[in-house]
Amino acid sequence: MTATDAFSAGQSTQGFHPRPDAVEMPALSIEGVSHAYGSRRALIDIAFSVAPASFTALLGLNGAGKSTLFSLITRLFGIQHGRIGIFGHDVAQAPGEALRLLGVVFQPRTLDLDLSVTQNLLYHAALHGIGRRDARARSGEVLARIDLADRAGSKVRDLSGGQMRRLEIARALLHRPRLLLLDEATVGLDVKARADILNHVRQLVAEQGISVLWATHLFDEIGSNDDLVVLHQGRVLAQGKVARVIADAGGSDINTAFMRLTGSTAQSGSSTS
Amino acid sequence: MTSAAMTPIQRGFSLAEYLTCLNGIVWREALRFLHQRERFISALVRPLVWLFIFATGFRQVLGLSIIPPYETYILYEVYIAPGLMAMIQLFNGMQSSLSMVYDREMGNMRTLLVSPLPRWFLLSCKLLAGTAVSLLQVYAFLLIAWFWDIAAPPTGYLTVLPALVLSGLMLGALGMLISSGIKQLENFAGVMNFVIFPMFFASSALYPLWRILESSPMLYYVCLFNPFTHAVELIRFALYGQMNWIALAVVGGCTIAFMIGAILAYDPSRGLIRRGPAGGET
Repeated sequence: MTATDAFSAGQSTQGFHPRPDAVEMPALSIEGVSHAYGSRRALIDIAFSVAPASFTALLGLNGAGKSTLFSLITRLFGIQHGRIGIFGHDVAQAPGEALRLLGVVFQPRTLDLDLSVTQNLLYHAALHGIGRRDARARSGEVLARIDLADRAGSKVRDLSGGQMRRLEIARALLHRPRLLLLDEATVGLDVKARADILNHVRQLVAEQGISVLWATHLFDEIGSNDDLVVLHQGRVLAQGKVARVIADAGGSDINTAFMRLTGSTAQSGSSTS
Repeated sequence: MTSAAMTPIQRGFSLAEYLTCLNGIVWREALRFLHQRERFISALVRPLVWLFIFATGFRQVLGLSIIPPYETYILYEVYIAPGLMAMIQLFNGMQSSLSMVYDREMGNMRTLLVSPLPRWFLLSCKLLAGTAVSLLQVYAFLLIAWFWDIAAPPTGYLTVLPALVLSGLMLGALGMLISSGIKQLENFAGVMNFVIFPMFFASSALYPLWRILESSPMLYYVCLFNPFTHAVELIRFALYGQMNWIALAVVGGCTIAFMIGAILAYDPSRGLIRRGPAGGET
């Protein structure tokens, strides 16, 4: 079984059960958010939303402000200006309710390398108040789904980079969030591992109705039907369906549209970068 | 989005969820401790070196009068045992602090901080977990000391437990507060030089305060205002089934103050934790 097959298997077992409070609410709403590190402005009046059960790509070069935005959404940083809502829960006012609906895969690895695969999952479950018995059952499910059941007792440091990323995604889904944030989740992985992870996340959207915000600087990770937000030097330059953004920018594809929008000649958005 | 739309159902958290979270954090801390056997050994070797080598030699040099809580003349080893117990907790608190800085550098800290449970609760759990680990170390030390004929009254092993919990919380909270201000792991050596050593040596751990007063009144006052002195005295009295109320008040007050400081420092809107993205992030 390949990793992709493994990702595909059993997706429907978790099921998609919309919550009453999720109806008619954007999965994520960013309203007039600005953030500065001292005198350096990292985000300037950011505003966009992520629709329920959609895949939204957040495209930006290194330094665009993607990780800062993620830190604000996850409440690692305090919100200086503006408002962030997750299914209507204000992150600043009701962080517990907001974070409960959120799964996150950060750019740097956040697994505990000295613990086993299962121990990492159980620890995450405990942090979300999930009891040991339920957590063990869920861990078994997700490990089977990502084809790591035979590595359940292995130390995380013994896994490959792709396996660690799959484990991080599985961990982020353990508490059954409705919104999944992934910050440059494929950085440092080979082509196949990247494709597997991207396919897996798209299946989560299609089959489980999970909303995804996928931060990337790689054009080839963006599909033609995706929603797209272009972030550059802390500002949102464009947002909407990919085809619309390309047309409005007067480009022939995402690459040229991005270059026109940013006035850049940088090639760092190519798939081989 | 209208503000009317921002009124979803708020479920809150049950007591069971809080307890599960506490259990998980303590369990993870215990696992890490067990995985790091060298940490356990070094935590024991340090006070045992003081007890078996330093105290044995010093016994001949330093005369001790009868001072509370002792009711008779005692060996120097007996005198410094409470100080060494506190030293174990001091090092453990700083080790926890180092661990938090390391977790922050490596990214593990995010796993904790993005938990939906309140941050003050998460930090309190972390503190309790560190204190629990320090208790294991202290009781292992007491067991070895007992074989060396350095024994407290049998009930003292129980009566000292609340004092150890409180002093462990105070020193852990101090470590947590310090960790919030350390930007890089490399800076941690400074903690050794500017926190651990001065706190330990400028206290009643190794010498009675009256002895220090005879030598240097200024140092006496430094020791008197050192919260570690009061942690040592709280443990010393509790080990003999007695209560030192001043020590209790100081240790309790400092625990609350350090904990509030740490919670504020880790508060995302006010905190001292690094506000820029980690290296390589944007």
